Order: sequence, then structure tokens, then C-alpha cells
Amino acid sequence: MARFEKITELSVEHITKRFPGVLASDDISLTVGEHQILALVGENGAGKTTLMNMIMGLYQPDEGKIFINGQEVQLRTPNDAFDCGIGMVHQHYMLVPNMTVLENIALGMKNSWKGIRVDLQMVRDRIMEISEKYGLKVDPDAYIWQLAVGEQQRVELVKTLCLGAKFLILDEPTSALTPQETDDLIVLLKKMSKELSIIFISHKLNEVKALSDKVSILRHGKVVFEGSTADYTPKQIAALMTGHEVEVNENTDEPSKGEPALVIKDLCVRSDRDFLALDHFNLTVKAGEIVGLAGVSGNGQRELAEAINGIRKTESGTIEFLGKQIQNLTPGQVIEAGMGYIPEERNTEGIVPSMSIKENIILKDSESETFSSHHILKNKVIESTSDKLREEFDIRCPGIHTAAGSLSGGNIQKVILAREIARHPRFLVCVYPIRGLDMGAAEFIHKELLKLRRSGVGILLISEELEEIMNLSDRIAVIFKGQTQAVLEKGQATTDRLGILMAGVKDDE
Amino acid sequence: MMNNYKIAYKVSVVVIAVLAALLVGAIIIIAVGGDVFNTYWIIISMPFMSMRTFSEVLIRMIPLLIIALGIAVSSRSGIINIGAEGQMYMGIIAATVLATNCGSLPKIILVPLCIIAGGVAGGLYGFIPGWLKAKLEVSELLSTVMLNYVATQFFNFCIRVPLLDPTEKSGTPMSRRVAENATLTRLFPGMSLHQGIFLAVILVVVIYILLFKTTWGYKMRAAGASSRAARYGGINVSRYLIISMVISGACAGMAGAVELMGVQGRAVAGMTGGYGFSGVVVALFGALHPLWIVPASFFFGILLYSQVNLQILTSVPPNLVKALQGLIILIIVAVQMVISNPYSMERFRKRFFAGRKKQNIRKEA
Repeated sequence: MARFEKITELSVEHITKRFPGVLASDDISLTVGEHQILALVGENGAGKTTLMNMIMGLYQPDEGKIFINGQEVQLRTPNDAFDCGIGMVHQHYMLVPNMTVLENIALGMKNSWKGIRVDLQMVRDRIMEISEKYGLKVDPDAYIWQLAVGEQQRVELVKTLCLGAKFLILDEPTSALTPQETDDLIVLLKKMSKELSIIFISHKLNEVKALSDKVSILRHGKVVFEGSTADYTPKQIAALMTGHEVEVNENTDEPSKGEPALVIKDLCVRSDRDFLALDHFNLTVKAGEIVGLAGVSGNGQRELAEAINGIRKTESGTIEFLGKQIQNLTPGQVIEAGMGYIPEERNTEGIVPSMSIKENIILKDSESETFSSHHILKNKVIESTSDKLREEFDIRCPGIHTAAGSLSGGNIQKVILAREIARHPRFLVCVYPIRGLDMGAAEFIHKELLKLRRSGVGILLISEELEEIMNLSDRIAVIFKGQTQAVLEKGQATTDRLGILMAGVKDDE
Repeated sequence: MMNNYKIAYKVSVVVIAVLAALLVGAIIIIAVGGDVFNTYWIIISMPFMSMRTFSEVLIRMIPLLIIALGIAVSSRSGIINIGAEGQMYMGIIAATVLATNCGSLPKIILVPLCIIAGGVAGGLYGFIPGWLKAKLEVSELLSTVMLNYVATQFFNFCIRVPLLDPTEKSGTPMSRRVAENATLTRLFPGMSLHQGIFLAVILVVVIYILLFKTTWGYKMRAAGASSRAARYGGINVSRYLIISMVISGACAGMAGAVELMGVQGRAVAGMTGGYGFSGVVVALFGALHPLWIVPASFFFGILLYSQVNLQILTSVPPNLVKALQGLIILIIVAVQMVISNPYSMERFRKRFFAGRKKQNIRKEA
């Protein structure tokens, strides 16, 4: 395999890739020059990751060629791609949590393996060198599990660069980062682009605008637009991406005058690692209002949602739902009481992936009179209901008999949303509802949440996306280390103020 | 076009797998000095020689089928029951106690009673690993295998001491014969096929309805497919785990009772004959689906019956069939992996049909 001193140009020409039943890439051509940053945007399922996986040698294109510096290369395995100097940081980090940074990086550096010994000193020197060159600060002796998400990402970057990458591919690098970490990353990548070229995949158009030189938009496996980023506004790019004008859903209604629906008092809950994830947490949500809970993930949000829904036992304190205490009930009893829940992990908590869409629709209601009598399932009703919901919620799928797990993230979320809304909940706990979703799906979900609010249902919206929280919420609470840091009215919240509160600084300090 | 290719691909994979199994089997047969064609001919043709031989296959199929149905229920609920052997023994013990002591009851009551007793005993014995897994997260692989040892030894004790036939002077450990009113009647004169087949057929229907038409089965399958999502959906996962193991154990227990009352006529050492383990294979071979388990258990019935024939008619050791069984299972697993992997199909097509495919794309365009 050819090795390159530097990569001055990487181009793919007329790439086509078919999967059974899907045309994932349809005659795609792209070129990235030296020191360029190309943003690759498109909705979920548009074929961005497939294309990158072909450049990384994970898949082979059915047709088309890949060129580096004008010379055709055959990338049959990820090793071929590494050898050519192409490195990728995946959306989900590939790090071993109970090993140190140094050990993680040594894992991939084959030239540090001396027989049965690993030359850790050499790896350490290399890390220091890279770290200096690009301004990427990492502590080689820290364990991965000790690091925040942003730091882990830096480790991934260092790892990739240590392996000799001269061309970086980043798959949704900011999807798990806080706003501050995102800003830092953008500065960092800008600086790195003086040394190498970058392709980055993103949904977030503000970042695309801030970072990239060129933008390519994929839709249904085709490049539908290419251009210089500077010439377009995020709004124009969004319209090109979705194929229609994107409207931002905003909650402009009067604040709700409803009765308190969910009252949480002095709630203490332990995390899996046995520390107090919620430490005397207080919050009230009224019927017909959306309360946004902002906070950096890992500050007790997961434990809060699980405690409300009976998944996790509470230590002390009360959760009052429509006048009835529900702490430490079983999940089934909480559901029975009228609670709706859109959990954080849609693939493993929201749906049973191997079951069909129609079977997932009845997950919480198989015993209801609608779907069964005398424990015999009413298949016809289930199918007609599922068909109706499929249409109403625009779930794009071959049919209601398709396994739910085979759908894209956005469509899985729509299945969950359809189920939760169709059972007419009296309250909805909604955790990171649009994480990783494209704009079209996010827009749809936000519209439905606002509709639900208008029908008098209280919603607790847990999110890291400040824009989402500020657009939808009537009131905004900030959680930090398991406590309510502040509760703001809609008008009082600004991105800066929330950012500071999320970082743990109280308003009066 | 695409579909034809898919079907052709899958069929050829299966055919190649069968040929591979036969080929490797042939090597073994030659190695032990047997006649390959004769051996295979006996395995395949003997069951269909007469009604008598056919019914021999069926009586081996009955316990396999009943056990595999139970294993399908538990596997679908997320717990692999390899304790059917032990549950079957427990069922036999319970059925033996009733069948040897309550001969005065009329047949119409005693037969169902004995089968129910077997089911209850097996169910209780299945409850233990189910409860251990649900409440204490004890691996069922560990608990069921260990309980198999316990049950086997308990059975051996029973037929030597409390259930021992006092009239038996030779010292063979075995129970008294079951009462006349507790035997499953043979359906045709001169043939071993007994009424147990009705129970098997009923259970196929019942388990099918349970799994796919009722809310209980739905919840079991949800819990088995993703216990986490099921819990978030308000399903009491531990409860359904335990229930599924009770059902699984009950099936094995009933199979034991049927084997006792229809075939053996008394409890003797080693009478489970490995049905409990073969049942796992049959269940998997039948894709954990009650309707597919029927042909799967028939196929394994043929294999089991051929052990008898090979012993009588050839010099090939009957254990060869066990080796063949093992081979077939391995090959099935491999075939399933290949068939369920769309990429290997793609790769195969690209290598051999690359030229043709390009033309097709142009046509479509």
C-alpha cells in the first residue's frame, strides 16, 4: 500500500454502494484539498457514515474510485486507510474505560509492540510530541473513566494523530459535548487545519458555519449541493438539507395556569456507582407547561428520570404525581398512573429492537381493553392502530411488521413518541428527545411536544441542547451535581447565563 | 431478479451444508470400516419401510417435541433451559408414584392426573433456576446443569429404595410397572405409537397460541428480546422469567410422564435417554417456533431411531449417529450465520456475478 508524506488532496469519484434494498451511496464525488475543512451534512440515513466507512476501508464501494494525491488507492481494510494516513474519530468513542490514556493509545500503535513487551516510553514521547504540536492537552496517566466526554474526545484525537493520521474524519464530533466544550473543539480544529485536512459530519449548522470551508449536502445517498460555506446562511443550508424551509418551533404561548402535576421534594437517589446522584433535588412542573431541565449530562438527569418512572429506587424525599406519591412504585404502576416516558437510550430502553413496530406500539398497553380481551391479543386492532399511528407520525418504514430496531434513529424516536402520545399520558418525561436526530425529525418531535403541552399535559424536558430548551420551555431549571441550581422564567434565560449555571456557578456568586 | 438470486443463494447454502455434513459423516463411516451408502440408506429409508417403523420414529419424536416446545418458551423469554433432563426425571418420579399406587382410579382420571403430576413436578423443578436467575441473577447455565445432577441422583435413589419393585429379584433398579389404568393406550395393534401423540399435538397448538396470540406470551417475548426495554415498558420481567421456566419445566416433566406411561411402562435407570439435551437442539433447529419444531423433532426422531437399526443391520456403531448429530448441529449453526449475514451474500455475488450486475444497474437506470 502506498504511503504518503502528506495528503494534498483526497477525492472520491462516482462512488456507488448498495446494501440489500437500499442505495446508500449514489454516484458520489467529493474532493478535499490541503488544509481544507469539508463539512458533510445531511439527515439521518442520507449516507454520510456509509461514505466515510468506505474511505476508512470498512466497506468497499460497488463502483467508483478513491484517489489520494491523484493516485488511485484500494482501501480494503481499516489498516489500509491508516497506512495511507487517514484517521477517523467515531461518534461513539472506541476507548477502554479501565485503562489509562497511555495504554489506550499503545493498543493501536503496533510499532510500539516489541515482542511480548510494549514500549510505553515511546508511546509517551509520541503523545507529548503530538500534544505539543496541536495544542491537545491530555494526561497520559489518567484513566479513561475519570475523564469528561470532551477530554475523552481529545484522547481519541491524539490517538488518531499518534497513528500517523494526516487526514481526519470526524463523525458528529460535538454530539456529546457541552456548549463550552464545543466552542473549544471548534477553535482547536481550526488550528489543526493548518497542519492537515478534515472532513467532519454534523447536523448542527452553526458549527458547520463556524468551522468549515466547504460544505457538501447528502440526501438519499446523493450529493445534492456543494458550495463554499461562507456564501450561505445556516438557514439556507438547512433548507437545502431537508428539501424544504425549516421552521423553528417556539413556545410562544402564555404561561400555564394549571395545577402542579409533578412535585419533587428533597429527592435523594443513588447512582450505579453508589454516590448521591440526586442530592435533595426539588422541582415542580404544572399541568400544561414545559419545564426544561438544562445541565451537563451526568449531573443526575438519568437518575431523576429513572426515579420518576419507577426504574430506580429512591433514598429519601417524595415524588408527588397528581396528588399521589409515586416514589418506589414499580414501572408498571407508574405507567398505570398516567406517566409517559421518552427514555434516554431509545434503542435499548425505548423499544424492543427485534420486535416489530406494531409490537412496540403496544409495549405498555398489551393488557388494555383496546388491544386484548381475556389476555388474547386483538391483532386486527393492533394493526389498524399501528397503521394509523405510522401515518400520523410519519414513521418511515417498509411496514408495521418491520423490526423496530432496523429503523433510523429518528424513526425509532417517532415510534416511541407515537406510543407515548397515543396512550394519552397525563404527564411526559422526555430525555434528550432529539439527540442525534436530523433537523426534519427534530422539528417534528418538537411540534408534537408543543401540541401535547397545549392539550394540558405537563412535560419535563431534560436536554443538553440549550436552543431546544429555550425554544420549548415555559420555565427552565438548571441541574448541577444533583441539585437544582436555579429555576428561570422563559424571558430570563440566555445561553450565556444558562452556560454559567450549568458549569456550577450560582447566580449570586 | 434480486429475489431470485436471494432464494437461489439460500437454497444453495443449505444444500452445500447438507452435502458437507454427509461428506464428513462418510469419512467417519469409512474410518470405522462401514459401508457409506448402506449406512445412509438405512438411516433415511428405514423409518418409511412400514407403519411399524414409522411409529417407532414417532414415539421418539413425542418427548423431543414436548420438551423442545418448553425450551422454546423459556428461550424466547431470555433464559436457556438446559435442565430439561432433570425436570424430566422429576416428572417421571411424580408420575411413577401416582401410576403405581393409584391403579384403582378409572383410566380417564388417572392418565391425566399422572401427566399433570409430572408437569407439576417438572414445573416446580424449573421454578428453582428461574427464581434464582430472576431474583439473584444466578446464571441458568450453572443452576440447571447442577440441578440435573441432583435430579439424576435423586431418581437413581428412588428407583433403588422407595420406588423399587419388591417382586424384582434380579437386583435391577427399577420401579413396579405402572397400573394398567395409567398406561397410554397404543393406537394401532402391533405398533408402539401411543396416545401421547395427542398431548404433543395439543401442546404445539397451546404453546403457539400462548407465545404469539396472548398478552402473556407477548410479554415473555418482549422480556426475552430486551429485558431492559421491557422493564421500561412496565413489564415485570422477573415474573415472566420465572413463569417461562415453570412452563418449560412442566413440559419436560410431562414428557417424562408420557415416556413412562407410553413407552417404558416403569421407571428404569437412564430412561430420559438424553431427550432433555436433544430437546435444546430441536428447539434451536426449529428456530424456537412451535410449528417449525414439529419437523425438527421428526428429523431428530429419525436420527434417534437409526441408532437402533444401525446396531441390528450394520457393523457401524450406533454412536456414529450421535457424532453425525453433532456435525449436523455445527453445520446448521454455521449455515444460519451465513444466511443471516447479508454482507457475505453481497461479497459472494460481487465475486462471481460482478459483470452481470453492472449491466442490470444500467438497465434499471
